[in-house]
Amino acid sequence: MMIRLRHLSKIYRSGDVFVPALQNVDLDIDYGEFVAIVGASGSGKSTLMNIIGCLDRPTRGVYELEGHDVGRMNDIQRAKVRSRRIGFVFQSFNLLSRPSALSQVELPMIYAGMGDRRRRAAHALAEVGLSDRMHHKPSQLSGGQQQRVAIARALVTDPALILADEPTGALDTKTTGDIVGLFERLNREHGITVIFVTHEPEVAEHTRRTITLRDGRIISDVPTARSTVVQFPGTVAPAAPAAQAAGEAPA
Amino acid sequence: MIFIDTLRMATSEFASNKLRTGLTMLGIIIGVGAVIALMAAGQGAQAGVTSKVRGLGSNLIFVKPATTGSSGGGIRDLRSLTLTTDDATSLRDQTVFPEISAVVSQFGGSDTSADTSQTSLQTQLIGNGRNTTAIITATEPNFVTVRNYTVAAGAFITSDDMDRKSTNVVLGSKVAADLFDTPASAIGQNVRINFGPVNLSLTVIGVLATRGGNGSDDTQMILPLTTFATRLPFIRSTNGKQNVQEITVKVTDAGKLNQAKLAITNTIAANHGGTQDFTVSTQDDLLTTANEVSRTLTILLGAIAGISLIVGGIGIMNIMLVSVIERTREIGIRKAVGANSRMILMQFIIEAVIVTVAGGAIGVLVGVVAAKVANGQDFGTGSTITTQVTSTSILVASGVSVLIGLFFGIYPAYQASRLDPIEALRKD
Repeated sequence: MMIRLRHLSKIYRSGDVFVPALQNVDLDIDYGEFVAIVGASGSGKSTLMNIIGCLDRPTRGVYELEGHDVGRMNDIQRAKVRSRRIGFVFQSFNLLSRPSALSQVELPMIYAGMGDRRRRAAHALAEVGLSDRMHHKPSQLSGGQQQRVAIARALVTDPALILADEPTGALDTKTTGDIVGLFERLNREHGITVIFVTHEPEVAEHTRRTITLRDGRIISDVPTARSTVVQFPGTVAPAAPAAQAAGEAPA
Repeated sequence: MIFIDTLRMATSEFASNKLRTGLTMLGIIIGVGAVIALMAAGQGAQAGVTSKVRGLGSNLIFVKPATTGSSGGGIRDLRSLTLTTDDATSLRDQTVFPEISAVVSQFGGSDTSADTSQTSLQTQLIGNGRNTTAIITATEPNFVTVRNYTVAAGAFITSDDMDRKSTNVVLGSKVAADLFDTPASAIGQNVRINFGPVNLSLTVIGVLATRGGNGSDDTQMILPLTTFATRLPFIRSTNGKQNVQEITVKVTDAGKLNQAKLAITNTIAANHGGTQDFTVSTQDDLLTTANEVSRTLTILLGAIAGISLIVGGIGIMNIMLVSVIERTREIGIRKAVGANSRMILMQFIIEAVIVTVAGGAIGVLVGVVAAKVANGQDFGTGSTITTQVTSTSILVASGVSVLIGLFFGIYPAYQASRLDPIEALRKD
């Protein structure tokens, strides 16, 4: 099992008031899964993502990632896990404002101490269909292209897990389809475990498992309704429309 | 994380924030520049004094009254000087002092010892329809040899001038140049002094060669001591003896300096009824005192400049604290893609150190150039500034600037490293 949560709670304190963001969550996610986490705003989706992504620690309970108890790790150790095993994609892209696409993608490799960075970064950008935009800055790229740079950045260190927090929240419908298709392909062809936080049902439909949160608890955990049941990479699910379209014109 | 990558990140950060980086650096540039330039001035003063004392001639012993008459106390004070021509005479006894080869008394004159308490008898001097300022030195014929002067034109005063109490005068090179076009053209000309109540017409018989330096060697006018004593009776002491401000003794052999010093002290003390109301110092004594003074000066100047260096460091800290807040989101992104707090800490410290190292290097350049430009200038004060840039001051200034970068960079860098990535990413 890749991710194992047991009786996990996260309680924030603001002044004298304790706000439970997650309560007694039990969850297992295996290698190669493609999971959507859905729920209303304030349901605890982002908190769960931050804990799974080792950016935050649970208040109570156990979180094991690949057999290691993250709750017992210090800041340096968790940074190392983020660096080696996890890629993040955010709603607001979170690119640095000045460096070129190529430098953005090189950044995680600097922190991971990897060599051959230029070639790997170029390869990752090619993977997301941005070979011809490598030297562009974020301001010269469309929203969809910026998100592709962010995906390339998440992908370049060969992580086992990609966490995407509303990755299509800032994109139009067509671009959303392209980005979701890209995640499907990464999951299918590279066997990367992908966890999506989204509130868009049409996005969640492309995953194979939907976990619904409400008030910090899991209220449902079911195979995604419309998806063809495909358990292993290689047995191809129908591609999303325009999933393979390589790059769109800047907005 | 590799050091080089951090350096590259920092330089690209600076490249995109040129104005801010430049202004931050300016504080360090000014600080380091000031340290280098002011220490160069201090060191230059020290070197100047040293070469001046050495230039007096070798094997000299200087005897002075304990109080030399302060300029503040006015000319009346000169009556109470404790050294007289009688003391000089008693030192001339070759049977008692075989090791002494020459003794010369003087009144006024070029300040030999960097001892600024000695009264400078400054006067206005008119000649050839022009006028200038000169320092009166009243002395004896062997002054020129004992003090190592060279006569550039004409001749020095002689014992005949002493006997006749003549109104012949020898001019320092600058005085001569101010009044006459060449040293040779000054010879035989008349000059006039207005010194208090004394209004005296003198004939130029010689001009000294330029000695340079920041002393008053070149701005003096030399009169026979006897003439001066006659025309300016106030320099007689209350008991009618002829006062002097300084007796210079030349010893035959450097090895006998201390022995002579002791003998001179005993003899003059005996003359004065056992009172030691005078000082006897060798060239080394003068050097030691002068060096102490100029070392204090150097330290003082360096400390003042050091304050501006610290102010520059505080500027760095200020800018960095602002920059950490401004770059919160960037720090969050870096943490999300795998940076740990140590790497963030290192990045910000390196940025601070780069600013100070670069600022320090430019500051060294600025300081050295400023020192070179100031060298030999008098800035309208009449005494030229000598500067001497030493490798020590460069090393100290650059070392201190790096330390300042570290010291003032650590706190902002620590703030940056402690940021919670979730909070940081939430910030817009």
